[in-house]
Amino acid sequence: MSGRVLVGVKRVIDYAVKIRVKPDHTGVVTDGVKHSMNPFCEIAVEEAVKLKEKKLIKEVVAVSCGPQQVQETIRTALAMGADRGIHVEVSGKDYETLGPLQVSKILAALAKKEQADLIILGKQAIDDDCNQTGQMTAALLDWPQGTFASEVTLDADKLKVVREIDGGLETIKIKMPAVVTADLRLNTPRYATLPNIMKAKKKKIANVKPADLGVDVSSRLEVLKVDEPPQRQAGVKVETVDDLVGKLKEAGRI
Amino acid sequence: MTLFRLVLRFASPRLPFICGGCRTYSAQTGAVERVISSFRSVSGDEGVSVGLAVREQHGRDESVHSCRPPDVVVFPRSVEEVSALAKICHHHQLPIIPFGTGTGLEGGVGALKGGVCFSLRKMEQVLDLHEEDFDVTVEPGVTRKSLNSYLRDTGLWFPVDPGADASLCGMAATSASGTNAVRYGTMRENVLNLEVVLADGTILHTAGKGRRPRKTSAGYNLTNLFVGSEGTLGIITKATLRLYGIPESMVSAVCSFPSVQSAVDSTVQILQAGVPIARIEFLDDVMINACNRFNNLSYAVTPTLFLEFHGSSKSMEEQVSITEEITRDNGGSDFAWAEDEETRSRLWKARHDAWYAALALRPGCKAYSTDVCVPISRLPQIIVETKEDLIRNNITGPIAGHVGDGNFHCLIVLDPNDPDEVQRVHSFTERLARRALAMDGTCTGEHGIGLGKRDLLKEEVGPLAIEVMQGLKATLDPKKLMNPGKVL
Repeated sequence: MSGRVLVGVKRVIDYAVKIRVKPDHTGVVTDGVKHSMNPFCEIAVEEAVKLKEKKLIKEVVAVSCGPQQVQETIRTALAMGADRGIHVEVSGKDYETLGPLQVSKILAALAKKEQADLIILGKQAIDDDCNQTGQMTAALLDWPQGTFASEVTLDADKLKVVREIDGGLETIKIKMPAVVTADLRLNTPRYATLPNIMKAKKKKIANVKPADLGVDVSSRLEVLKVDEPPQRQAGVKVETVDDLVGKLKEAGRI
Repeated sequence: MTLFRLVLRFASPRLPFICGGCRTYSAQTGAVERVISSFRSVSGDEGVSVGLAVREQHGRDESVHSCRPPDVVVFPRSVEEVSALAKICHHHQLPIIPFGTGTGLEGGVGALKGGVCFSLRKMEQVLDLHEEDFDVTVEPGVTRKSLNSYLRDTGLWFPVDPGADASLCGMAATSASGTNAVRYGTMRENVLNLEVVLADGTILHTAGKGRRPRKTSAGYNLTNLFVGSEGTLGIITKATLRLYGIPESMVSAVCSFPSVQSAVDSTVQILQAGVPIARIEFLDDVMINACNRFNNLSYAVTPTLFLEFHGSSKSMEEQVSITEEITRDNGGSDFAWAEDEETRSRLWKARHDAWYAALALRPGCKAYSTDVCVPISRLPQIIVETKEDLIRNNITGPIAGHVGDGNFHCLIVLDPNDPDEVQRVHSFTERLARRALAMDGTCTGEHGIGLGKRDLLKEEVGPLAIEVMQGLKATLDPKKLMNPGKVL
């Protein structure tokens, strides 16, 4: 057991920003828009750092795939307590079409290279809502997975994961190495403090290309069109129940 | 002065100016319609509302004062729109009431003479963050929690934290304060510059456009003239704020005391010892009892201090041990402290839920918070006298206070439908304010004068100061359009 945990962090448009669709409908406006770490990735980083503080694991490595700017996201993870970072350089068209399948191939390759015992990811990203990367990574590595985790307990080489499922909570026990994806109630991520941000500047971020890991990032998916959800139509006020029934009949509803 | 509460013959169904049967209008419909359409030409159709629900929403805040809806609500999107709309109001002599989040506690947004409410929520940008200079400029739609969320990756925060998630410009307008004023100050100390639109549409930068030095001695302090002016001098459309580093470590502690005096003595000594305490909150025995019942806790039912320390991890232990010693010397007991977030939250839960715990003492009743502030050394006396007053008059009033500032709140729980109780509470609050004034204090530490404390303001600052204030008001707002009936 290397005691090493890999945490994936994704740079996304900040959750508080109002998203606008580009006039050419090929995507959403990202230029000049505030970006930050995906909230579920923050929870993943927090969980990894907590495990290290409890001395249950030895090293937290933060990984992000994308252009130069994702280094800011890795730095935030370092400021939260990760030990070092890996920046997998993907830019231009490749970055626009980068999705869970390619990212999971990258993570799987890195997990083998770094001899990681555990991969913690956010359950999904708030831009694409895919909820696929964790599951695909586990499948590629043939590792067990504990997804939608709201509680994680480490005991030697086993993990007890309490999962949030539709019917309630499900508790499973899985053997390490494993993949865990973080759900909302797993923890409350800490704020990066200034002293820690300063210390994080000294931590190392390694640069890697997908080709170095033997991964082809070309996408098999093509985005045809992006639209806003339809505008909500104004309602109509009526004076009496008869009017209401009349209008419903007119609209062919009854 | 012609008022907007014009006499309007009620013609067009587009202008439902009757509100709950309490006011009637009849006027030259044409004049009113022209004003509305000029508002629309500035802010668009969606930027102007005469709908009853919207107006009522903008006529009340979180105080016990009744709803006083404006005649129109406008939603400007930029300072240029605010200025253009103000010019129209100025021309037609219409009262102007700025509205941030409507979370005030003194009835500051009630449109006593009707008029136009300027809801600034569409102006919600965080502009010009300068991390290395520790400053940021925000528009009125930005609330304190959304700013801190925006700043979370920078290691910076804005620490002033009144109970509500209030608009920062609104907080500037009421000179708000929070639980950590003892360490970080109130809005007065943390606003570097303001952009304000005056009643005639003039756009003013109180410290000069774009300026943000950490200190200045240039000219009259116009910035702090507008801080606390509660919308009576101008509409704040931008605030430049002082930021602080998020502390590396936070430690929370709780300690019980045999008396109010011993709790306050400890507070003074902790401050004198130079411990950089961030929060010292006082809860009296009635409040602790309410919290125990509400949260199933078992704190000793006696005056209690909740403390929080901010600093580097290394300094925490030293701060805690100095404080523990001081509390012990003053008869304190059951000193408990925690560093990790979960235990800290549990320790402070009692204080966080104080408002709800107070309400739960008498379900179905409303709560009203008093707000006096006195020099710290007078705190034991005023709290003891106030508690006697509460008991004598059979008023439910658990006490929670920012004892590090000498500021405390009686969270009075009352039945609004019992006129005798309402009267008793009203008299009590007047006596309390006068008690504080007699002890060199103020009738409002944080909440502002608003609607209900204008007479107390006169008593507090004296007639000469009131005259000066009225002179300033007359200079900046000669037509008396800005938020009539408040402060002065």
